[in-house]
Amino acid sequence: MELICPAGTPAAFREALDAGADAVYCGFRDETNARNFPGLNFSRDELRQSIALAHGRNVQTFIALNTFMRAGDEALWYRAADDAVEMGADALILADFGLMAYVAERYPEQRLHVSVQASASNPDAIRFLVEAFGVKRVVLPRVLTVQDIARLTRQIDCEVEVFAFGGLCVMAEGRCSLSSYATGKSPNMSGVCSPASHVRYREEGGTLVSELGAYTINRFGPGEASGYPTLCKGRFDVGGTEGYAFEDPVSLDVIDEIDALRAAGVSALKIEGRQRGKAYVAEVVSSLKRALDAGPAERAKLVSRLRVMSEGQRTTSGAYDKRWR
Amino acid sequence: METKRAALSLGPIYYLWDGPKWRDFYFRIADEAAVEHVTIGETVCFKRQHFSEPHVAEVIERLEAAGKRVTFSTLAMVTLERESRHVRELIRDSAHSVEANDLSALGLLKGVAHSIGPLVNVYNAATARTLAARGAENICLPPELPAASIQRMLNAMPDFSFELFAFGRMPLAISARCAHARSKGLTKDSCQFICGEDPDGLPLRTLDRQSFLVLNGVQTMSSSCAVLLDDLLPLVEAGLARIRLSPQDCDIVRVASLYRAVLDGRIGGDEALVELATVYPGVRFSNGFLHQREGATWVARGRNVTTAGA
Amino acid sequence: MPKLPPLLAKPVEFLPLWLVERAARGIFSGVLKAHPGLFERLGDYRQTCYCFSPSDLSLHFRVVPAAQTLSVSRGEPPPADARIEGPLALLLGLLEGRCDADALFFSRDLSVIGDMEAMLALRNALDDSAIDLPRELGALAGPFSPLVTGAARHIRTHMLAERQATWN
Repeated sequence: MELICPAGTPAAFREALDAGADAVYCGFRDETNARNFPGLNFSRDELRQSIALAHGRNVQTFIALNTFMRAGDEALWYRAADDAVEMGADALILADFGLMAYVAERYPEQRLHVSVQASASNPDAIRFLVEAFGVKRVVLPRVLTVQDIARLTRQIDCEVEVFAFGGLCVMAEGRCSLSSYATGKSPNMSGVCSPASHVRYREEGGTLVSELGAYTINRFGPGEASGYPTLCKGRFDVGGTEGYAFEDPVSLDVIDEIDALRAAGVSALKIEGRQRGKAYVAEVVSSLKRALDAGPAERAKLVSRLRVMSEGQRTTSGAYDKRWR
Repeated sequence: METKRAALSLGPIYYLWDGPKWRDFYFRIADEAAVEHVTIGETVCFKRQHFSEPHVAEVIERLEAAGKRVTFSTLAMVTLERESRHVRELIRDSAHSVEANDLSALGLLKGVAHSIGPLVNVYNAATARTLAARGAENICLPPELPAASIQRMLNAMPDFSFELFAFGRMPLAISARCAHARSKGLTKDSCQFICGEDPDGLPLRTLDRQSFLVLNGVQTMSSSCAVLLDDLLPLVEAGLARIRLSPQDCDIVRVASLYRAVLDGRIGGDEALVELATVYPGVRFSNGFLHQREGATWVARGRNVTTAGA
Repeated sequence: MPKLPPLLAKPVEFLPLWLVERAARGIFSGVLKAHPGLFERLGDYRQTCYCFSPSDLSLHFRVVPAAQTLSVSRGEPPPADARIEGPLALLLGLLEGRCDADALFFSRDLSVIGDMEAMLALRNALDDSAIDLPRELGALAGPFSPLVTGAARHIRTHMLAERQATWN
């Protein structure tokens, strides 16, 4: 199985190469991709240089153009696709049918991957994408069981890539407007979810209140680890009971299932986290790379090391430990 | 200048209503509601199918006898084999038009005249054209779309039938996991159809008791009710063909007649709004998405919808 | 929580502001010169007025990247678009791009006041820049460069160790 690694900056890209990525995925510095965060992503020059660097090491580069084109401004996405093809992207990761049609027609030789944002969750959906746009690979929504995946791969003529580690969408990806309902900015249209521009933390007598737009997303008691107010990981009141109504603030980790995923016919494992910096990329990619080749005993050790990292996402500062090297 | 006319369309019931309630709702729609199109069928959760199934035939008969055009909705999310099978059979066997709400239906409907529901991501004319080339004849746009995008799509495809979600709690997200069952200590597989207890959704509030969302099985909806009234008129002028009302547990017949009256210029939006507040009391109205704002926001003076340049 | 060793924190308390400011400006302009990409990556946020308030030094460092200005003050925090407050060790970690964007927000040891997005932009820009503060510090020290760099690295390691002992 290939290991597909995130990079939000050229520095993270180099870390991914050093750590043993088979492919690195990244995006341009604008709303054409779903990690449109300030200070993140690549200029045309940076991406061109990174691709050259990767090709020199026999590593592939996938370019994510996985937001939905804003009506009337399609040219921004078309130009991004033109540039990505011209600079030698090994695959484009797309979600918008209109953009898929554009690339399939104009660059029939260009390899197309379906972004998780397209929410292709069953054999008929994938057959549609293969038939209509000639896609070669589908990134599956983070909602299927290993058994579901095994059943799926047997029925389709298309490679399958799954998320193995990192942030977890609770909702079907690309089909969630919770963020824009609260902030006006959505993953589909703006490439952001629960954007920092709308985040506020407020102290209330020892209690830390996190807000997104006009809404309280969580309250943390004195000493309790705080979290980023991602909408679907918030604490809410349903019928008088307070709790994490959708999902606890945990992250995805299917390293224990590596053999099962391989047996299920999965072609590639994907690591989430283009927004998470080079230290994270270096640590997670190298551990997963070794885990892929390791026997059960050694894998267990690697897994427990990574767990610390993922748990850091929900404990206050655990993640910091691993940043300082 | 000739005033264009938009048809009213009733979307599928997103909630779990028991069989008799479901049947009686549609009987009344058939007999009294000023809607021309009715889309029926379970869209949110395959497990609920059997509640309405016994009444489907009589409901269709009554609706068609009243001159309504009936369309079948497909499931919004298909992951299990039996769900795939269900969508395939629906599309193969249906004598009626089908509304696709996920990618599997899009594939299966190729070459057959069909509709696209608001749960398929159509954000631009390039995508709409791609789908139209495969047989789509009507596209209900996602509630998230701003007026500028809608205007541009209408301009780009002047002869195509676009529909807009204009009344009802908005479907905002869908998950493989059932938050509704979870909130009552159950799981999706052992849910006991607990969502049937909340025919208008289960309110989810923030820890500061702000109304925010409602749970509807695996679907998450807005707590506020989308209400587009005056906002619609420039879009209708630009060619918007259908206006969708999404069933809530309130007097939809009255809602439909208010919308019809506004669209026909018989009453103003402000007047209709006052009436709507009595028809669907205790629920906040919103139109923020259309104004490129937070979806939960209400932008007053809806006449000032920003329009894209032609 | 990692605290600056008192041996180091105390003298800084009594240093005249102009001296602290001069040293900080030296580092700041050195960093900007050595990492032009940082400036570009900040985009519109280079106009932002950032304030760094190390809680164990009771000093405030106010920086506007576009204007290349830096000022140091004591007492009440000065007005700024985005201010981050926390132990010096963590602020340095932030400057060196050693901490995760997520982790930045999760830690209650650090608090961001004001424009959260501006702070995120800075964090992301720094992550690409590979700033090594001990080296920058050393560069200022002329003939004593290796000594200063070594000492700074030692302090960083020391604070790091303390942090791990606290959290693992």
